[in-house]
Amino acid sequence: MADLDYKVIVGLEIHVHLATKTKIFCGCELAYGDTANTHVCPVCLGMPGSLPVMNKTALEYSILTGLALNCEIAKFTKWDRKSYYYPDLPKNYQISQYDLPFSEHGYIEIPLESGETKKIRILRAHLEEDAGKNTHTLGNFSAIDLNRAGTPLLEIVTEPDMNSAEEVGALARELQRIVRYLGVSEGDMQKGHMRFEPNINLHITKNGEVFKTPISEVKNLNSFRAVERSVAYEVRRQLAAFEETGVTMQMGNKATYGWDDDKQMTVLQREKEEAHDYRYFPDPDLVPVDIDDAWLGEIKGRLCELPIQMQVRFAKEYGLSDYDAGVLTADRATAEFFDGTVKLGADAKRVCNLLTQTGLKLANEKGVSVDQLRISMENLAKLAKMADGGDVSASAATTIFEEMAENGGDPAQIAEAKNLVQKSDAGEIEALVDAVLAENAKAVEDAKNNPKKGKKAMGFLMGQVMQKSKGQANPKIVSQLLNQKLNV
Amino acid sequence: METLKELRDDIAAGKTTSVAAVEAFFARIDQFEPTVGAYLSLCKERALEQAATVDAKIATGEAVGELAGVPVAVKDNMCTTFDATTCGSKILENFHAPYNAHVIEKLNAADAVIIGKCNMDEFAMGSSTENSGLKQTTNPWDASCVPGGSSGGSVAAVAAGLCAASLGSDTGGSIRQPASFCGVVGLKPTYGRISRYGLVAYGSSLDQIGPLTHNVTDAALMLNIIAGHDERDSTSVPEDVAPLKDYLAELEIPFEELKIATVPQLNEGADALVQKAVSEALAVYKSLGAEIVEIEMPHFDYAISAYYVIATAEASSNLARYDGVHYGHRTADPKDYIDVYSKSRDEAFGAEVKRRIMLGTYALSSGYYDAYYLKALKVRNLIRSDFTKAFEQADCLMLPVSPTTAFKIGEKTDDPLQMYLADVYTIAVNLAGVPGISIPAGFDENNLPIGLQIISEAFSEDKLLRIARMHEKETNWHTQKPNL
Amino acid sequence: MTTKIDEAQVRRVALLGRLELSDEEVAQFSGQLSDIVTYIEKLNELDTDNVEPLAHCLPVHNVLREDVPKPSLTNDQALANAPARENEYFKMPKVLGDNSGA
Repeated sequence: MADLDYKVIVGLEIHVHLATKTKIFCGCELAYGDTANTHVCPVCLGMPGSLPVMNKTALEYSILTGLALNCEIAKFTKWDRKSYYYPDLPKNYQISQYDLPFSEHGYIEIPLESGETKKIRILRAHLEEDAGKNTHTLGNFSAIDLNRAGTPLLEIVTEPDMNSAEEVGALARELQRIVRYLGVSEGDMQKGHMRFEPNINLHITKNGEVFKTPISEVKNLNSFRAVERSVAYEVRRQLAAFEETGVTMQMGNKATYGWDDDKQMTVLQREKEEAHDYRYFPDPDLVPVDIDDAWLGEIKGRLCELPIQMQVRFAKEYGLSDYDAGVLTADRATAEFFDGTVKLGADAKRVCNLLTQTGLKLANEKGVSVDQLRISMENLAKLAKMADGGDVSASAATTIFEEMAENGGDPAQIAEAKNLVQKSDAGEIEALVDAVLAENAKAVEDAKNNPKKGKKAMGFLMGQVMQKSKGQANPKIVSQLLNQKLNV
Repeated sequence: METLKELRDDIAAGKTTSVAAVEAFFARIDQFEPTVGAYLSLCKERALEQAATVDAKIATGEAVGELAGVPVAVKDNMCTTFDATTCGSKILENFHAPYNAHVIEKLNAADAVIIGKCNMDEFAMGSSTENSGLKQTTNPWDASCVPGGSSGGSVAAVAAGLCAASLGSDTGGSIRQPASFCGVVGLKPTYGRISRYGLVAYGSSLDQIGPLTHNVTDAALMLNIIAGHDERDSTSVPEDVAPLKDYLAELEIPFEELKIATVPQLNEGADALVQKAVSEALAVYKSLGAEIVEIEMPHFDYAISAYYVIATAEASSNLARYDGVHYGHRTADPKDYIDVYSKSRDEAFGAEVKRRIMLGTYALSSGYYDAYYLKALKVRNLIRSDFTKAFEQADCLMLPVSPTTAFKIGEKTDDPLQMYLADVYTIAVNLAGVPGISIPAGFDENNLPIGLQIISEAFSEDKLLRIARMHEKETNWHTQKPNL
Repeated sequence: MTTKIDEAQVRRVALLGRLELSDEEVAQFSGQLSDIVTYIEKLNELDTDNVEPLAHCLPVHNVLREDVPKPSLTNDQALANAPARENEYFKMPKVLGDNSGA
């Protein structure tokens, strides 16, 4: 294949399950993996005579997400029926939003490999109901479970602003982080809380002319890996197809693909975009919604600092590496716990190390978030300051952290009780140093005058002092005193 | 024949019992139902049990509801946990709802005894009840004539004395027109006044449940029972927006300085005897001191067009769920899942339902939406403004209900458009969402009843009923009963 | 009689509405729907350029419910009307493809 100059163009459609207690239009509780058709009622079964009533929390979660995605929130919004026949769609229409979605024209900032961020424009976000599930476990028959039918679903559509599989993956992950920060979705990929549909094509420059390949839409991807790999696969496939046939985009040659995870390839589902005729019209069973300033202001009050903003701030203000900043901002609880602790005057790097090296591991083992360990931000800050001030060693700090995580308590008291306090009293340490120097003339000699053995001798003397102090002398001070007395 | 209120009072006073009342109605049902065909299902045993319970409560002085022990009937598009809810359709012939409609709960709470569910045009689509997929109902005044529709069964049951009162539903005249054909009182309340929860939808932005009764007093009593906000219906209007009234309280007080609007130009479209009945009714009001104002309703003529776009568009979507997947009729031997849809629907829907699904689907389909559906919504706005202007000039509007009296069974079935055109006087009321009532106002040369339609502004049912009652007090049309 | 809605149109609409019409029905509907649509086009006599569409006559907006669970039906209640069931599921002839709408 000759090297072609090309640009990857990807837009993404994302469906996010909102973490409400009940479905969007009825009081059935959301449930994953429960017995089929036990979280259903006349409304979500689409029974004759049943009527939908909008879940306020679902709408507020949607608006909150729209705000976090920097969208304009409509003052007036309404619900429309989208008609198509499918056995997991009990009414054979989906209640969705057509021409007046509650939010439009935003952007999401995603982290790039380089440490920079990139803005991807959001075309719109709207609220709709999810369908049930067809399973194919009965040979020639399908089994239908409607437990999922009516789950509130936020559909987010981006502009085609992504230019690589990595960027698509970064957006997917960033969105997961955002919805989790906001608490509007658990964003659990395994449970299908987030589903992705990339639209992919290439702009190929050949002999000074730009050719656009036909757009592929890959349906229903539910892991980050599948999103990235399907995009990467489509890039290769479209390049090869262009090389072979020169096929370019025309009206109506957008094709729909599925992702075969076993074969790691996309599989053609429909050659041409079917002549869908969804017959949208305003749902007469629901009334429109006015979103006034007071309500919007109240929802705005629930916004938090976004993960990407925190990540950038941690790196910039606290001097953390991109990696550490990324780890600390993976979830909101950790990020806020870290940030709060640092704001109490603790050293950022020290707190970062305690949290990333010990805290996250412990929290993970216990299945809680770091702020749910038995350590307050105040006590963590105190511990960090103790370690920085030389009151305890780094390893002692870890021990104290573990003890606090398990049983709570004040770090100074724990250090005391466990004999982990370092002696920093220069006078007391000086006496020990003098004693050691007096007892080890040979080593003193080597340290002073033998360039070959000096370093080793110094280490030996250091060890002797530490031993005499039962490990409680502050090694920094010991080292200072030794250097001073031996003039090295 | 006792009215709802009389029977209610007699049972409450111990002059008769609910069991006796139920048995009396079933005796009449045994005798006349084979000819009238008002009911799709009857629940005698259940009714007698309920009646006995109410009787026992009354006997021991326990508190009972406002319709305690009174036998009533409901149109078969209201979901009940007893008996099937068929909507007059083969597709729901064996459908048993797992819940009760809001109005059924209200009737139960009032201790009314529901004795059966009434025949109707399939999914309430029709003006003669001939479109029922399950049964033929006849007009109690003349068995060769239709009872009107779509609430034909509910109306015939009241007119023939096969229940004390009933509930119907009105999307384009389906309460008022059959009430007029059978000489009973039929009230379509304001859209939003009564919860649609559990009413099987035809045209969701137009459908409204209402009472069918022997007289205006009974209509007020029934409205007292069923009106009110229901949080399960987003289109049910909260009471702070439209306060509820005790509709019986001021019913007997004539409306002073009553101003009635008429539209002479519109009346001309009706049969001569219908026009005469309307004029005579106006004369009655004049004699009571009312002032008659002649007005124009410039967009009224477009109501049928707008209605048959909007109602069918909504219906095409509302009826999409009848697909043989989760409930209802499924074709016997589907070769694939598409067959389940297309064959089940083709087999079980009647011609009128298919026609309206086709029309509504067409109006919403790509390339036609703006020209038909959107245009119809705009015209709907113009029609509503006609009413708004009318009510700035008068307290109410009086019109015929139907251009004709009851027609012969089979007379119009071949020409759906002609059937639609007969809805001319009732349809605009649904588009505007305002309340309308049909009251008995005369008879034609064949002794078939003629109705007068009175319309008032949204949520003014108290006024509407008072005005209707003024006419009733001066006339005896409502006391005439068919000779079965 | 006009054929405003010819048989091909009737078939297109019938497909959208999932009605498997017989040839006879198609012919009949073509005529009847053409008549009706011709009548409906009376609407075009009105200038509606500056008129807002009215989907609803209600004086109400913002009808929202609190996110509070209510009892669901039991599995047996949910499936009581099912034309065909398999264990806890509704049963259908094998469904092909993906839900293309959601």
